[in-house]
Amino acid sequence: MGGTQGSVLFFGLLVIISRSLANEVPTLETSHSTTNATSSSSGHETAVISTLPIVSWKWHHVSEPYLVALWILVCWLCKLVIEANHHVTNIIPESALLICAGFILGGIIWGADLQQTFKLTPTVFFFYLLPPIILDSGYHMPNKLFFTNLGAILVYAVIGTCWNAASLGLSLWGCHKGGAMGELDIGLLQYLLFGSLIAAVDPVAVLAVFEQVHVNEVLFILVFGESLLNDGVTVVLFNVFDAFVTLGGAQIDAVEIIKGIISFFVVAFGGSLLGFVFGLLMCFLTRCTKNIQIIEPGFIFVVGYLSYLTAEMLSLSAILSCVFCGVCCQKYINANMNENSVKTVKYAMKVFANGSETMIFVFLGISAIDKTIWVWNTGFILLTLLFIFIYRFIGVFIQTWILNRFRLVPLEFIDQLIMGFGGLRGAVAYGLAVMMDENKIKEKNLMVSTTLIVVFFTVIVQGIIMKPLVKWLKVKKATESELTLIEKVQNRVFDHMLVAIEDISGQIGHNYMRDKWKNFEEKWMMWLLMKPSARKKQDHVFNVFHQLNLKDAVEYVSEGESRGSLEFIRNDSAIIDFKKKLGEDIFDTMPDVTADTSFDHGIVLPDRRDPVPSVSLEMHEQTMNGLREMEDLNSHHLLQEHLYKGRKQHRHKFSRNHLTINTDEDEVQEIFQRTMRRRLESFKSAKMGMGPPKIISKHTKKEQQKAPNGMKRNSGDEDFEFSEADSASGYDPSYSYRSGGGIENPAFMADLDPVVPVQIPPWLAEAELYSGAVSPSQRAQARPPLSAGDLRRLAPLRISTRSTDSFMMADIPAAEQRRDSFDLPPPPPPPPSKDGRHQ
Amino acid sequence: MGSRASTLLREEEIEEIKKETGFSHSQITRLYSRFTSLDKGENGALSREDFQRIPELAINPLGDRIINAFFPDGEDQVNFRGFMRTLAHFRPVEDNEKNKNVSNTEPLNSRTNKLHFAFQLYDLDRDDKISRDELLQVLRMMVGVNISDEQLGSIADRTIQEADANGDGCISFTEFMKVLEKVDVEQKMSIRFLH
Repeated sequence: MGGTQGSVLFFGLLVIISRSLANEVPTLETSHSTTNATSSSSGHETAVISTLPIVSWKWHHVSEPYLVALWILVCWLCKLVIEANHHVTNIIPESALLICAGFILGGIIWGADLQQTFKLTPTVFFFYLLPPIILDSGYHMPNKLFFTNLGAILVYAVIGTCWNAASLGLSLWGCHKGGAMGELDIGLLQYLLFGSLIAAVDPVAVLAVFEQVHVNEVLFILVFGESLLNDGVTVVLFNVFDAFVTLGGAQIDAVEIIKGIISFFVVAFGGSLLGFVFGLLMCFLTRCTKNIQIIEPGFIFVVGYLSYLTAEMLSLSAILSCVFCGVCCQKYINANMNENSVKTVKYAMKVFANGSETMIFVFLGISAIDKTIWVWNTGFILLTLLFIFIYRFIGVFIQTWILNRFRLVPLEFIDQLIMGFGGLRGAVAYGLAVMMDENKIKEKNLMVSTTLIVVFFTVIVQGIIMKPLVKWLKVKKATESELTLIEKVQNRVFDHMLVAIEDISGQIGHNYMRDKWKNFEEKWMMWLLMKPSARKKQDHVFNVFHQLNLKDAVEYVSEGESRGSLEFIRNDSAIIDFKKKLGEDIFDTMPDVTADTSFDHGIVLPDRRDPVPSVSLEMHEQTMNGLREMEDLNSHHLLQEHLYKGRKQHRHKFSRNHLTINTDEDEVQEIFQRTMRRRLESFKSAKMGMGPPKIISKHTKKEQQKAPNGMKRNSGDEDFEFSEADSASGYDPSYSYRSGGGIENPAFMADLDPVVPVQIPPWLAEAELYSGAVSPSQRAQARPPLSAGDLRRLAPLRISTRSTDSFMMADIPAAEQRRDSFDLPPPPPPPPSKDGRHQ
Repeated sequence: MGSRASTLLREEEIEEIKKETGFSHSQITRLYSRFTSLDKGENGALSREDFQRIPELAINPLGDRIINAFFPDGEDQVNFRGFMRTLAHFRPVEDNEKNKNVSNTEPLNSRTNKLHFAFQLYDLDRDDKISRDELLQVLRMMVGVNISDEQLGSIADRTIQEADANGDGCISFTEFMKVLEKVDVEQKMSIRFLH
C-alpha cells in the first residue's frame, strides 16, 4: 500500500524533475565530456550589471555537478522504491526491475524532450562506475573459496570466454554466409570482435541475481569468480580483435596472430601482477598510517583506483588489476588498520559498489530509449541470442567434464545447468559495444542494439526464471541456518582426520605448495607489510576475549537497564566477585600475554591489567541467571576461535577476520607437545623404575645453565626434562599461569615457548619421539595431563602461585590417580613384548 | 620402490583388496609401497610406533586417535589388508558406485561407514555412545589451552544437548547421524588418493 503510494508520488516527482532538467540543461553525457559548447560558453555569463544583485540564479554555474548529483539521487530513489515492494522483488530480480525503471525514466525524458539525451557512455562506465564494483568484489572476495577453486575458475574464465567468443563469431559468420540475415556489411573479424565483446558473463548482473537465490557456495564462487575474471579476458580479447579489425584482413599473418596471443597473456597477467604490486603498496601504506587514522580508509580507495587507472594507462587489464589488488590486500590492511577504519572501508566500499550497480542498471534502461541506435535484423539478433545460450551450455558441459576428472567432488549435472543458465551478460558488453568505432565497423548500431537485447534478455528473462529454476531443480543451497556446535566440532574433526590420513598414506597432495607459501608469507610478507603491533595482536585469544566480553558488557548493561539501573553492580558482593574474576581473567589470558616477555613477570602483570577491565564483566554475567542464551553464544564463539585448525585449512586462510591468522605456530607447538606427552604416558606403566634420578639431575643442571642466559630453548628432545627441572627449581617464567587452565599439565605449559620456531623438522621430531620414549623423566611420568574429566578449580592458587609450588605438587598425584582410573587414552599400556624391544 | 612393492604383493591379494575396498590397482600398489616404507620392523605389519614415527601426526591434535582407528579390536599390529580397510573409509563416493553395490554389503566409503568411523574416534569404550567425558577429551585435544574448563564444560554440555534426542546425556550413533544430517560428509571425509 505504502509502496504503491510512494511510487506514484515518486514518479510524479520524476516527471517534474526530468522535464525541468531536460528542457534546460545539457545532457549527462555532455556533462562528462569536457568539450561542451553550451556549458563552457554559458559559464562566462558575466553580462553587464547595473546594480549589485542580492541573489542571482546561477544554474549554469553548478549545472554539471548538480546534474550528476541529481542523477545519482534519482537512481537511488528508484532502488528505494523497488526495494519497498518486497513481493515484487521476490519474483523479479532487482536488477531487472532497475532496468525497467530505466525504461520508464528514459520514456519520460523522451516524452519531454523528444530526443535521447542521457545515456551510459563508456567513459563514465569504465572510469567511474565500474572500478568501485570491481574493487569491492576483490576486497570482499572469500579468499579461501576463491583460491581453492581458482583452477576451475581460471578454466571457465579464460578457456570458456575464448570458446564463447570464437564459437559465436564463427557461427554467426557461417550463418551470414549461408544467407540467414540478408545484406550485412560484416566480415569474419568483425564477427569475432562482436563475439569477444559479448562473450563475457557480467559480474554485476550475475552477482545481483545469484545473491538473491542463495545457491551453494561452490557454485556461487565458480560463477562469480568466472564472471569477474572473464571481464578482464573479454576486454583483452576485444582489444586484440579491435586491433585486427583496424589492421584489416589482408595485414594479418601468422606473426600478427602470435603477437595477438602473446599480447593476450601479457595484458592479462601483467594486469594481475600490477594489481598485486598495488596491493602490496597499499598494505605497506597502511602499515605507516598510525598517525593519520582518519584518512586511512581513503588510501584504500585511492590506491585501488590508481591500480585500475595505471593498468588502463599501461593498456593492461584494468579489471584484473583491480580485482587482484583487492584480493591481495584484504588480509593485511584489515590487520593493520584500526577497527573503525576497517569498518569504514567495508561500508564505504559497499556504498560505492551498490550505488554504481544501481546506476548502471538504470542507465542501461535509459540508454535503450533511443531511436537512433535501434537497427533491427531478425536473423542477426535471434541467432545471436540462440547461439549465446547454446554455446554457453556446451562450453560449461565440456569444461566441467574435463574438470570433474580432477575434482574431489565433481560438479553435479544440476550445478552445471545452473552455471550455464547463469550466463548473464551485462554492462561491460554494452560499454565495449559503444566503444566500437563507427568508421571501421559499419554495422555498429546493429551490434549495439543486439548487445542491448542480449543484456535485457539475459538479465530480465533468465534472471526471473533463475529463482524458480533453482527451486525446481533442487539445487543445493547455501546452508542458511547457523551451524550447531556439534557440526562445528565435527567439521574440525573431519579436517584433522583428512590431514592425518593424507600423512599416513604418504601423499603430499596440494597442501605442499600452500605450506611453502604460508611459510614464506609468515617469514617475509608479515614482517614487511604488517605493523609490528598488528603482528603481535595476531595473538587472537586476547582479541577474542576482548570482543566476547565487550559483547557481554553490553548485554550486562542492558540487563541492568532493564532492571531499572545499574545499582546492583555496586553492591559489595558483586565487587568482590568482580575482582576475583578479574584475577582469573588475567591468568586465563596470561599464556598469550606473557608469551613474548617470558622473563619479567612481575612487571608484565600490572601492565596487562589495563586492557583487561573491559573484559572482566564476563564472569559476572555467569552469576546472573537467565542468560543462558548468552552463554550459548559464547560457546559458539569460543569454539570457533579456539579449535585447532586442520593444516589444510589454515594453509590458505586469507581470512577477512584478522583474529585467526597467526596462531598456527603456537598451535603446532602446543599440539606437538601434547601428543608427545600423551605418548609418553602410554609408555609410562611399562617404563616405571628405569632409574630416573640420574636423568633428573642431569637435566636440572642443563636447565640451570641455560635459562638464566635467556637462551632460546630448543624445541628438541630435552623439552620434557626441562619441564620437570623448571618446576623443581622454582624458577619459572611462565609459572603464574600454568595452573590457569586447571587441567593442563604444568610441565607441559612450561614448555610452551612461543619464541621457538614452529617447524619441527621431521628428523628432530623423530629423535624426540625416541628419546621421549626411552627416557621419560620422573616428573613427566608422575604428572600426566589432567584430563578434562577432573576439572579442579585452582582459583585460589592462581593468585599466589609462586608460594604454592609445594602445595600444587602435593595436589597433583591424587589427581593423577583419579585420572589413571578412567581416563587413559586408548593406547593401552604397551604389552610386555614391546617393552622388551625398546630396552 | 614401486616395483619392489608390486613384486611382494601377490596378484590375487590385490584382487581381494580391490574387491573389498574399491581401490584401483595402481592405488593399491602405491599404498603398498607406502605401507612397506612405514614398516620399519619389516614384518608385514604396522605397529603403533610405526605410525607414530610419521612426524606430521605428532602435530595433529587427533593424530593418536586416528592411529588408534587403525587398530580396531585392540590388537597392536595391523596388516596391509587392515590398513587398506581403514583408508577405504576415505575414498570419495563415486557416482557409479551409488547404484552398483545394491546386492553387496555396504561399501566401506558409504556415508554411514564414514560417520561411524568418525563416531568411533570419540567412543573410546565402544559402547556406541559418546559420553560427556569422551566428548570433553576430544574437545580438550582440539582446543588451545586458553579455554577454561568451565567454558569447555559448558560447550560439551551444550553439544550433547543439541544432539541428545532421548535425554540420556549421551550421544548415540543414531543421534550422531541425525544431528549431522545436513553436513556433507561424503565431501568432508574424502580424499583424492593418488594413482
